[in-house]
Order: sequence, then C-alpha cells, then structure tokens
Amino acid sequence: MSVSFALLGLLESGPRHGYDLKRSYDEAFGRDRALHYGQVYSTMARLLKNGLVEVESEPGDGPDRKRYAITDAGITDVAEWISRPEQPEPYLQSTLYTKVVLALMTGRDATEVLDTQRAEHLRLMRALTKRKNDGDLADELICDHALFHLEADLRWLELTAARLDRLAAQVRP
Amino acid sequence: MADQPLLTADDVHLSFGETRALQGASLHVYGGEVLALMGPSGSGKSTLLHCLAGILTPESGSIRYGDRDMATMSDSDRSTLRRGEFGFVFQFGQLVPELTCQENVALPLRLAGAGRREAHRQAASWLDRLEVPDVAAKRPGQVSGGQGQRVAVARALVTRPKVIFADEPTGALDSLNGELVMKLFIAAAKETGAAVVLVTHEPRVAAYSDREAVVRDGRVREQEPAR
Amino acid sequence: MIRGPRRWLFELGLGARMSVAGGRAGWFRLGLIAIGVGLGVAVLLGAATVPAAIAASNARTDARAIDNFDEDVVKGDDTLLVSRTGTTFGDYAFSGEMLQAEGSRPPLPPGVTRFPGPGEMVVSPELDRLMREPGNALLRERWDAEVIGVIGDEGLSGPAELFFYLGTDTLSAEDGDPRIEGFGDATIEQDVVPIFVLLTLVGMVVLLIPVMVFMASAVRFGDQSRDRRLAALRLVGADAAMTRRIAAGETLAGAVVGLLIGGLLWVGEILLANRYGTGALSFYLSDLRPVPLLVAVIVVGVPVVAVLVTLSAMRRVVVEPLGVTRMSVTVRRRLWWRLILPLVGLGLLWPLYQGIDGRSDYEAQVVAGMAFLLVGISLLLPWLVEAVVRRLGGGSPAWELAVRRLQFDSGTAVRSVSGIAVSVAGVLAMQGIVTGIESLYNGSGSASAVRYGMEILPGTDLPERTWTAALDSTPGVLEYQTVRMVRAGDDATLRIGSCPVLQQFARLGECRDGDVFALDGAAPGATYTLGESGSSWTSPATTRVVDSKSDVPASGATVLVTPSAISGVAVKPDNTYFYVALDPGAPQAVEHLRNTAVGLDLQAYVFSYANSTVRDALAGMRDALLVGSIALLFLIGASMIVNVAEQLRERRKVLAVLVAFGTRRRTLSGSVLYQVAIPVALGMILAVSVGTLLATILMVAVDAPLTVDWFGIGTTSAIAAIVVLGTTAAGLPALWRLTRPGNLRSE
Ligand SMILES: Nc1ncnc2c1ncn2[C@@H]1O[C@H](COP(=O)(O)OP(=O)(O)O)[C@@H](O)[C@H]1O
Ligand SMILES: [Mg+2]
Repeated sequence: MSVSFALLGLLESGPRHGYDLKRSYDEAFGRDRALHYGQVYSTMARLLKNGLVEVESEPGDGPDRKRYAITDAGITDVAEWISRPEQPEPYLQSTLYTKVVLALMTGRDATEVLDTQRAEHLRLMRALTKRKNDGDLADELICDHALFHLEADLRWLELTAARLDRLAAQVRP
Repeated sequence: MADQPLLTADDVHLSFGETRALQGASLHVYGGEVLALMGPSGSGKSTLLHCLAGILTPESGSIRYGDRDMATMSDSDRSTLRRGEFGFVFQFGQLVPELTCQENVALPLRLAGAGRREAHRQAASWLDRLEVPDVAAKRPGQVSGGQGQRVAVARALVTRPKVIFADEPTGALDSLNGELVMKLFIAAAKETGAAVVLVTHEPRVAAYSDREAVVRDGRVREQEPAR
Repeated sequence: MIRGPRRWLFELGLGARMSVAGGRAGWFRLGLIAIGVGLGVAVLLGAATVPAAIAASNARTDARAIDNFDEDVVKGDDTLLVSRTGTTFGDYAFSGEMLQAEGSRPPLPPGVTRFPGPGEMVVSPELDRLMREPGNALLRERWDAEVIGVIGDEGLSGPAELFFYLGTDTLSAEDGDPRIEGFGDATIEQDVVPIFVLLTLVGMVVLLIPVMVFMASAVRFGDQSRDRRLAALRLVGADAAMTRRIAAGETLAGAVVGLLIGGLLWVGEILLANRYGTGALSFYLSDLRPVPLLVAVIVVGVPVVAVLVTLSAMRRVVVEPLGVTRMSVTVRRRLWWRLILPLVGLGLLWPLYQGIDGRSDYEAQVVAGMAFLLVGISLLLPWLVEAVVRRLGGGSPAWELAVRRLQFDSGTAVRSVSGIAVSVAGVLAMQGIVTGIESLYNGSGSASAVRYGMEILPGTDLPERTWTAALDSTPGVLEYQTVRMVRAGDDATLRIGSCPVLQQFARLGECRDGDVFALDGAAPGATYTLGESGSSWTSPATTRVVDSKSDVPASGATVLVTPSAISGVAVKPDNTYFYVALDPGAPQAVEHLRNTAVGLDLQAYVFSYANSTVRDALAGMRDALLVGSIALLFLIGASMIVNVAEQLRERRKVLAVLVAFGTRRRTLSGSVLYQVAIPVALGMILAVSVGTLLATILMVAVDAPLTVDWFGIGTTSAIAAIVVLGTTAAGLPALWRLTRPGNLRSE
C-alpha cells in the first residue's frame, strides 16, 4: 500500500519516467527491498486508472517513453495519507519512514507526522494500559507484549524526531 | 473534564544565561486530568514544570492558576500556594534522609500547620494506600528505590493537592517498579481528583496520562483535550 | 606495577592531591585544617618556649643573687654590705640592691662596670628610660642619686626589668645588713606561693587542652565530603589499607602546612613577647628558644596525631563504604569507657578536697586531674548529645528536622562544640579559683573606702618624730596616725593607736579612747608580757571581741588598744607604723609620700590599700584567659560555619525539594539554628557543671570561700549564644543559594 503512495509522492517533485521512479524509490526507501520494475508499472497503471496520475507521452513509443505526472487529486491523496496516523502495529517503521522521508522531500512538516503518530500510539497504549490494569494476569502479559512493541516504535519516533535535521539534509541534497 | 483550565501557561519565555530554556511555551492543565509532558531531554520540560508550579518566574508570558496570575504573587504567597494546593514528586533523592518515611509523608501537613498526631495518622493511611505500610518507621536510606518513590507519591498526595507535579517520577526505577509506582500513583490521584503534570520520556509511563503535550526547543505542542 | 614504599608514597600523594581537588571548597577546607593545626602548633610552641625562657632568665638573676650570705665573712678590702630595697611609681614596681663597699676592691654585680658610690646608682635600661621621661620628675628625685651607668643584659632578667643598684653609706653589719664577697650565691628557692604555681599550671592546662581538642576537630573539618570521596574509591576497589593511606595523605598535607603556619605564628609570638613583655614575662630574644626536645615532639607528634585522629574517624568508610553513600544509621555510642577518664580525673583531684597545705607533690596530680576531667568532657559530650537528642520529641517542623538530623548524625556538630565545652569549663574553673583567691585577698572590709589609704612600715629605727616631721612637710598628706606594734609573747600582738585608725583593722562599732578590742582569737582579761620592756599588761574585762577587717590573714591573736587604756604601762614598741590619708585631689601625692619615705629610710615599705598587686595579677590572669577563650570560641564558631555550610551543600537537593513543597525559609533557617544551638546548649550545660565542680574543688584546695562564678557563666554563655547566632546567620546565605530551584534538576 505504502509503495503506491511513495511513488505518487516521488512524482510531486516533477514528472518522471518509470525507470527513474524505480531508481528514486530504491534510493530513498528500498534499502533492503529494491522494487521490481514490473511492480512500478502495475502500480502506475492502477494510479492512472484512479486518476491520481496522468501520462505525458514523449515522441516515439515503448514503455520507456511514458512520463508520469501527478494530478491534483494525486497530491491531495498523498497529503491525506502522510498526515493520517497509521494504525499502531508492530513493524510499522517502513511505512512511517516512507512518510517522514516523503514529507521532508515534499516540504511538508515531518515533525507533525511524527507527533500525529505519537498521539496515535499513545492512544492505543493508554487503552492497553487500562486493559492491563483492569484485567487479569493473562491480559497483563498480552498487553505488555504489545506495549513494549509500541514503546519501541515510539522511541524510534522520538529518535527520528531528534534527527530530522540530519535526515532532511540527506534526502534534500 | 472542566472547560476552564486550572493552570495556564501563556507564551512563557525563560533563559538561563545563554541557554533559552523556554521560548514561547503555552500549555493548559485541566482539573483532574493527567497530562504527560514529553520531549527530548534538555527541551525545557522541567523548566516549564517549575514555572507552572511557581518555583521559577518566567521572564515574559504569564502563568495563571485559576484566576490568579503567579507573576504578580509574592514569593511567600506562592510558597503558601505550593504548600496548600500543589504536590511534588521528583526522580530521586527527594526524601529528607534523617526523617522516617512516615515523617517524610507527614511533613507537608506539618508545614501547613497540622498537629503531629493527625499528620502521622494521615501519613500512615497514605502509606497503606500506596502499599508500603511496612516502611513507615524506616529511613529513606533503608528502603528500595521503588518504595522510596511510593513514599514520595504519598507525600505529594497527603495534602490532597489540586495539582501534582511529577518530574520523571520513575526515571530511576526499573520498568516493573516504575509501572507499579505509576499504577498506584495515578489511581490515587484520580481518586483525590488531583490533576497530574507528568514529565516523562518513557512512553509506557506516558501511557498513564489522559493527554500529552510535547516540548521541543522550549515550545509546546499540545494535544487537544479529548472530547 | 609500583610496589612497596613507592606505592605508599603515591597513595599519600594522591590523598594530598585529592584534598585540593574539590576546587575552591577543597582549598578552603585544607586552609581551615592548616589554620586550626597552625594555631594549635603556635600555642604548643609557645608553651615549649616558656620553660626555656624562664630558665635563661632565672640563670641571670641567680648570677646576681645574694640570697646566701655567710655570717663568718669578715670585713675586707673586697667585701660589701648589701640590702634589698624596692619601691613603686605609678603602676611600675622597681626592685634594687643597696650596695656599700667596705674596701677599695668591692665585687661588681653582673652587668655593672663601675661600682656606685654613695649618692650614685646604676640602673636597668628600662628604668633609665623611665627616669628620663619628662613627666617623671618625682621618680628622678626619689633616690637623690646620680645615675652613673646602665646595667648590661647579663645582669637583668629581661629587657623590661626595672632594677637598680644604689650606692650608699648607711648600712651597717651591726644592724644585720648582710656582708658578701661576691654575687651569684643563690640557694634560697624563689619563694613561690603554692596558689600561684597551681594557678599557672591550671592556666596552662585550661588553655592547652581546648587547643588540642580544637586541633583534633580541625583535622576533621569537612570530613563528610572526604568520606564520600573515599567511599567512592572504596566502591571501585581500593582496599582498606589503601583508603587509609589516601586519607592519611590528605590529613598530612593539612598538618604539614599547619606546622609551617604554626612556626610563623610562633615567630610572631616571640617578637611580640620580646617587644611588649613586661615584668616576669620580659625576655631577650636569645632567651626565646623553645626546648629542642619539645619542638621535636611537636613537629613529629602533631602530624602523627592528626593522622591517627583521621584514621580512627574512618572506621565507617573503610568498613561500610555503602553506609556512607546511602547514609545509613550509625552505631550507638557507649557510655562506660567515656566515663573512665573523667572519673580518674575526679579521683586524682579528690585529695585536694583536704587542702594543699603542707604538700609539695600536688602539682602533677592537679594538672593530670584537670586534664583528665577536661578531656573527659570532650569524650562525654558526644554521648550526652546523642542520649539527650534521642529522647527529644516532636515540636515544630523546624525543631523536628533539626532533632532528627542530630539523631542521625551528631558527630560533626559535637566535635566543634566539644572545643567550646572544654574551654568554657576550663575558664570557669580558672575564674572560679581566681575569684575565690581574690575574695581571700580582698576581704569584705576593704571594699568600703579606707580612711587611711597608705601605710608606711619603716625598715630602720628612726625616731618617730623624724617621720612625723617629714610627713608634716610632705605635700598632699591630709592626716596621719601612728600605730605602735608590740609583740606580746609568741603569738599575740598589741596594736596601739587612736580610734579612727583602729577602725581600719576591725569592725569596732563605737570606739572611745580607753577602749580595748580583741580579735583573731584574743580574749578579754588575758595578761600579756610586752616585748623587750618586760612589763606586763592585762586587757580589761570590758574588752570587746570584734571581727577582723584585715586583708592579710592574721598571724595570731591581736589586741587593739587605744592609748589611754595602756597609759600607765611602759611600752617600747617593736615597730611603729604610719597610716596616712592622702588628698584625693592631689594625684602625685602618692609619689611625694614615697619620695619622703625613701628619703628617710630606703628600706621602708610603703603599702597602698588602693592598689593590690595580687588582685591585679589575678585579674590580669583571668582577663588573659577570658580573652584567649573568647578568641578560641570565635575560632570554633568559624569551624562550625564550615560544617553547617558543608552539610547544607550536601543536602541541596532535599532543601530544594522542601522549598518546592512550599516550606517557609523561616522553617529551614530555624532548623539550622536548632541544629547548632542544641549541641552548644548541651555542651554549655556540661561545661558549666564540670567547670563549677572543678572550681569548687580548687577553691576548697586553696581554702578560698566558695563562690559561683556567675560572671564567667554569663560571659561564656553569652558568647556561646553569639557563636550560635553568628554561625546560623553565616549559614543562611548558603541556605538561600542552595534552595534555588536549579538544585531540583536531577543530575
Ligand atoms: N538552573 C539552570 N542553569 C542553567 N541552565 C539550565 C538550568 N536549568 C535548566 N537549564 C537548561 O535549560 C534547558 C532546559 O532544561 P530542562 O528544563 O531541565 O530540560 P528537560 O527537563 O526537558 O530535560 C537545558 O538546556 C538545560 O541545560
Ligand atoms: Mg528534566
């Protein structure tokens, strides 16, 4: 899911060819999982269908000749996605990371992204804490497990917030 | 939750020499709520807490408690306010080492003029409430960190204050003890209806709050009160 | 890895470095230790100098002594007749020898180069100076002799001695004036009053013991922070011996600097003593060399004792390093061994209760007894404070905070206070005995004005008329009376004189010519054989028994007789005394009278009731002691300030938290005040009790009437109160500084 928003977001800085998109994506987010070329095209096809991107064809033909550009609807969609907190869950980092980097790249408020997410995490943690304190030992153990994971996320959020300046310098050369 | 905030900081500035600890911090504390103050270390959380409690006076901006402006209050008035309406829990080393735990808890009552007997009776019941009745006769040096913090919480609650300021109350404890202290603390605070301003950088401690505010570079990003 | 001695040196050096590692606070603490030790060393060195100086001075006076003369010496070309003489002028007292050569080669006294003939005199430099002072014309006229030389250093006890040799031709061997062949025959021991020996020794003990107690507490100045440092070292693996050596290094640094400071202070002392010493305390610089053995003892002993004190105080750190960091409770103090020393002291002093008359070996015992009792105070006090404080209950929060603090650790507070307690007890003992002796010398009668303020006791048998004629022509003499003394048997004296002068000896009540009074054991109707005349006289039955007013203890029964009561009997008086009333408006009258007396009879003794030297000496002694103790009290006050400040610094977090809780400053400063005041008050109570007990024993020993020294108690208590308030006040700025919210930050 986040791949499509990421690609969409990358287009905000200007229209690109499919191959460029893959390269940019791999550079920014694809540390350990490079994107398959085919995945770019299938995603673009879906976005095109939903009207979030449009194609500017250059002279000549073949897939390489297609340049994608983001539509206004696409921009709105990206903005909405970035500012919407993720459902707190384990192994969230990749999505959050994508959001933060995209926010930095597109000049949005990355701190806001982190704070919104923190609030969401805390909301869930409050609920879990309450359940834990009201429930029995089994509840307590289960909740604690979740709480520790959420806490790890939150710590990561804190750390990222503290390093936003450095990260910004890196993604916006 | 009450509509009117109990305690309000408005555009507060404060520097320590070169260090600008607070640069336009604003915050609202509502009656009975538990507000977590989060943020990286050195961001100004403690400084803000001290301003809210009337221990520090801001250089500019205002701190209002109810309809009173702390800036215009004399030092002794603010002391009286702290004695009567506020309670404090700090990270560690806050108990008077030569007093027994029970005497430590009774101290705020005694300072406010209560008789020895009555103060000690209430202190004992608070130690009970925080599940450390057996440390009553011991000195702080003879009890564990977690027990000591529970004694500190009892001491903060004993005067039934309107606001309790807690600065990293579990900072020196392991997570199990920290949780226990928080559980007892917040339950007791809720019971007495005290608002709690809780400075912490631990998410699991912050999870005991109703609402959080993030301090960053001397400014506050405050979450709207729920509903 | 370094081993053995080098390693030790390294550790000692580490300790020395650590003592100043704390920045300003570290230097401050080292400075205080050094000053404390230095002051003590200065006093000790001074005490070590006194015996040597007195010995040197005595050696010179022995060399000119003529105490021992041989009745078999026959008149020759090289013999001399001598007679001791003396006088006073204003506040100065002079003594001298009259010399009369019997041949052409008279022996010269030491320091004299030319023998004074009749009408000539040789004087000490100080007397020479006095005589040259423009205002002292009456002194120049006194002997009517020409000063032909100045006595050299080798013939004087010290630079400020007022001494002279007066040439004369009035002496005669037949009248009993001694004949000598040379000077320096000293066999008669200086006639020292036992009371004065006692006083001097007691004075030394009273001054030295608090100084030593103070030194012992000085080396522990600020040892809480050191304990914490060492405990930290201990926790990271220093072994016990190593910790001790590091602590020893710290203390040694202070003690050595203290020795240097003490040496400098001592140089100042002897310069002052040389410059300003008078009377018996006047010494040449070359006299002021301390006894080498004592110096060695001081130089070696002070650092060693300092280190021992430190080590004994370190048990807790070494055994229980965690206890220091966690501030756990100390063990309770035990009483029994603390009682040993004072009890031994009392045991030693107890025999004095029977009095010291006729005993010669009591000095060591008294000194040891006093020393034990005084040191005992410093041992008892910690126990007393702990025992009392443990029983103190609740009160205001300030009181409770202070009491709890003292229950928790009273050692630091007590250490300073024990210096105060010991010196106060010593001063009271000393003042008590001084007051007692004073009242002994200063009988109730002479408190009221005496009609005849001067008394002349002639030394030669001049006719009464010569004296009366001279007195008639002396300016400033208002009136005079003659009293004839007649010895009656071995132990009774008749004093024959008019009613007004007899009034001066006893409370006569009504007196008319013809009355007779008996005092000091004389009884009416007794018969007396009158001196050399051999006639006898019986006191009439109407003789009234009365109370003596005399300052001087009586030497047997005395009968006061008005002239008509004995008119029928031939009386040849053994002595005739003159009682003179001077014009109070003529300030020089006394000196005129003395000049008259000296002019007639060089050996005459002129006594002034107004000016009792004994009383003055005692008062001087007491004042000196009081001043010394006050200085010591203020010094101790300074050390208490350090303790308070250190203790506050150590508790800054807690103080800041208390202020956050809205604790009033008044409560905090009150608790500081109580914390200082409680130990001082207990120390004063102990000191006053022991001091008064000691004074009582000493007063009984010298047969003085028992008095309680309210003045001393009042003064020292007032000073103690000042010290308490001053210490508290000095601690307040630190308190305000430390309660700033900055200290709330968790470091
Ligand atoms: N008393 C003080 N003196 C000097 N600087 C201070 C003092 N108190 C706080 N500061 C500085 O102000 C900033 C904020 O401190 P603080 O409020 O304690 O932060 P936090 O509690 O969020 O860790 C920090 O840079 C700190 O160094
Ligand atoms: Mg802080």
